[in-house]
Amino acid sequence: MAADLGFDPYLVPAVDGVAYGLLVFVAASGLVLCFGVADILNLAHGTLYAIGGYTAAALLDGGWSSLVLALAVGVAAATTAGALVAVLLTRAARRNHLTQALLTFGLALVGGSLLVSAFGPDQPPVRVPAALDGSVVIAGHRYAAYRLVFIGVAALIAGLLHLAVRRTRAGMLVRAAVDDAEMVAVLGVNPARVRVGVLAAAGALAGVAGVLGAPIIGPGPGTADVVLLLSLVVVVLGGLGSMGGTLLAALAVGQIQTLGVALAPSAAPFLLFAAMAAVLAVRARGLATARRAA
Amino acid sequence: MPRALRALRRGITAVVLVGLVLAPSAVDDYTVALLARTLALGLVAVSVALLTGVAGLPTLGQTAPYAAGAYASVVVGGQLSDVGLVHLGVAAAAGAALAAATVPLVVSARGVVVLMITLAVGELVVTIVGRWRSVTGGTDGLAGIPPVRPLWGLPVLATDRARYLYALVVVAVLVGVVLLVLRTRVGLLLRAGRDDEARLRASGHRVALHVAGVHVAAGAVAGAAGSLLVVAQQYVSPADFGFDTSALLLLAVVIGGTWSVGGALIGAAIVIASRDWLFGVLPGQAPLVLGLAFVATVYLLPGAGHRPPAVRGRLLPPALTRRPVPDRPSPTGVRA
Amino acid sequence: MTPLLSAHGVTVRYGSLAALDGVDLRLELGQRHALIGPNGAGKTTLLDVLGGRTRPAAGRVRLAGRDVTRLGPAARARRGVNRIHQRPAGWPTLTVRENVLVAALPRAAPTRRWWPGGARRAAARTTGAMLERVGLAGLGGTLAGHLAHGQRRQLEIAMALAGRPRVLLLDEPAAGLSAVEVEWLVEFLRVLPRSVAVLLVEHRLDLVYALSDTVTVLRDGRTLATGTPAEIRAAEPVRQAYAEGVA
Repeated sequence: MAADLGFDPYLVPAVDGVAYGLLVFVAASGLVLCFGVADILNLAHGTLYAIGGYTAAALLDGGWSSLVLALAVGVAAATTAGALVAVLLTRAARRNHLTQALLTFGLALVGGSLLVSAFGPDQPPVRVPAALDGSVVIAGHRYAAYRLVFIGVAALIAGLLHLAVRRTRAGMLVRAAVDDAEMVAVLGVNPARVRVGVLAAAGALAGVAGVLGAPIIGPGPGTADVVLLLSLVVVVLGGLGSMGGTLLAALAVGQIQTLGVALAPSAAPFLLFAAMAAVLAVRARGLATARRAA
Repeated sequence: MPRALRALRRGITAVVLVGLVLAPSAVDDYTVALLARTLALGLVAVSVALLTGVAGLPTLGQTAPYAAGAYASVVVGGQLSDVGLVHLGVAAAAGAALAAATVPLVVSARGVVVLMITLAVGELVVTIVGRWRSVTGGTDGLAGIPPVRPLWGLPVLATDRARYLYALVVVAVLVGVVLLVLRTRVGLLLRAGRDDEARLRASGHRVALHVAGVHVAAGAVAGAAGSLLVVAQQYVSPADFGFDTSALLLLAVVIGGTWSVGGALIGAAIVIASRDWLFGVLPGQAPLVLGLAFVATVYLLPGAGHRPPAVRGRLLPPALTRRPVPDRPSPTGVRA
Repeated sequence: MTPLLSAHGVTVRYGSLAALDGVDLRLELGQRHALIGPNGAGKTTLLDVLGGRTRPAAGRVRLAGRDVTRLGPAARARRGVNRIHQRPAGWPTLTVRENVLVAALPRAAPTRRWWPGGARRAAARTTGAMLERVGLAGLGGTLAGHLAHGQRRQLEIAMALAGRPRVLLLDEPAAGLSAVEVEWLVEFLRVLPRSVAVLLVEHRLDLVYALSDTVTVLRDGRTLATGTPAEIRAAEPVRQAYAEGVA
């Protein structure tokens, strides 16, 4: 009988952690792209997620077709917003890291306040498709069906992302750019176009995460900050630029945020902090040489 | 610098100082309290300028030692004594300790990586502050903090005016100390490191030590500012240290000219005043206008483009700053 | 006698290619030694190894008998090994005088190092003399970023000497200099006190023969010959190596 096992009460949080972690991964992978390929810290990344989330809240009505529609609209909107960020960055006269941070933060403020004025200051409810609205029983526990399906879908997205980075021409460019931006410039690819493409792709990923993840990290005035922080922590933990590392880090953060909270409710933020400190302290040297030599 | 320009700058500094001293008698209590709070934030901006401008290490995380200083001065300082100087010391020590704890994270990172790490650290500290209810009062914050006396034997700071003047004196002294230290070789070494770290290392300098030192020093300054904030508003909550505060500080430093410690103070005053004014005039739309102001600043900021790169590591997009490709591949085991 | 700086069986590999393959080198106190050889012979790599920028895959580097193989550039500079790079730059936002001062600090008297205001007093004394020596005395207040190429070379030399080196590693110091500037450089190095040993990498053989007591010829990462300029000039294998390298 499953209930006799010692870890049993923690099974649900652990599965939740996987869903949460995969969601954060999809959101964070966009940030990895921005940072690794275009050397941009996009502080508006959380806002792109929120765009997806609000779209889901507005369009989902419990049917499958509305989910498809929300996905299409949300991804399109977030992609456009990402491209807009890139265009504005290109137009800014001096694109150093400070102005990047200021500009993208300003855009996050603007975007956030536009979203609040359009959708209201409350957290809107999100209706998942009726077929997934119930719960299923796993190992003697009831568990939300949507989250289980989400785990499958997010894993699929992660797999597709891996394939795209490994097998396609664009993916090869991305990897080349992470290794050596100069090489890409030599190949005759316009860096401004690369920036637009990368930020649009990052926006698309954030949009997908926002729409599908709306029932898990729902849209609201604080969503953008939460998603940005979690993505940042995950990107830093994952080794700044490696997709595999980011996935592992996201899964770990998911467990800390769910299982960690269940085991030691007040220690979760400390755990995040400690994990980041430990990883960075261990990797500091390797990281530094990698980035500085670049 | 031409002599006329220097004289002009001295004149402006004197006028501003006199204006700051006389300000409380010209405006109402509410504005005086706002000014005192702005002074505290200005001091944090000075610590940001120290890292971002002087040492070339851009940061979004100075709210972390700022918060540590504020809470330490309430929780620890409040138990030790009611003397402001003691609170300042405790707060500075807390800020320095937090900065020292994060040194391993930032000491070998540069450029956009520092921005990411410091932002993550700052946000995590605020999250911790919000969750650690037993000590920090959680998101409700700590209210009803008793007033302090500046030194042993002096009366407690009972009025907004007194608290403002206390903050003014502390900020003036600390900024003076920072400026004085920057005029010694410390300032030279930090600026040299901002220009070219590898060259500094080749001369035999311990660059990691400089970076760690300036981090801890900036942490101490931000921590002291935390104590001032507590004195100024007699209330502290995680909302004082949010992500938007970090961004405002960075904006203040950029407006102030990045390199200049005094400019950071003025930039902070401008930014905070505009924000408070905006929130008064346009209650609902303030974030929107503030966001547009950020964007506009980036587009309109004059002058700074003529200056040489001010950030260690990669400043411009990689393709622009890369030196010519070295004519040989990197050997295994090369030191960066 | 223990040599001042020596390399023993130094090997550096870039992937499968050996840039240096078991190279030995001895530099005595105050000696002027030159490294020559065709492009890709490993001259700059050897300087990198001696200066601490590159850690060799095999072999040891000793400074006055002490093993310094594992020390980085900063630690070696503090022990008196200073290098002048091919691309002279200094710190562009510091003045010329400040550049020399910062370069002098690691080996300066520790008592005065952190005293407020001491920076400018010390600058007036030590760095003033150093700038006089390299001919930049009138430019002490100029930002290094505003100097011409030749002046930056002079500044780099002043900076290296301000670090009170026992060994000066010079990587093609004449590169990019005008004829007049090269003349100045040769004269300057000729009168440099013998308390400083010099290891010179240079393409121009006339400079090498004019300045050095001994010469080592490198080719394909190996030592081909070591001897006095006269011996090297006469050695047939060296001529051959150069003929092939140039061709």
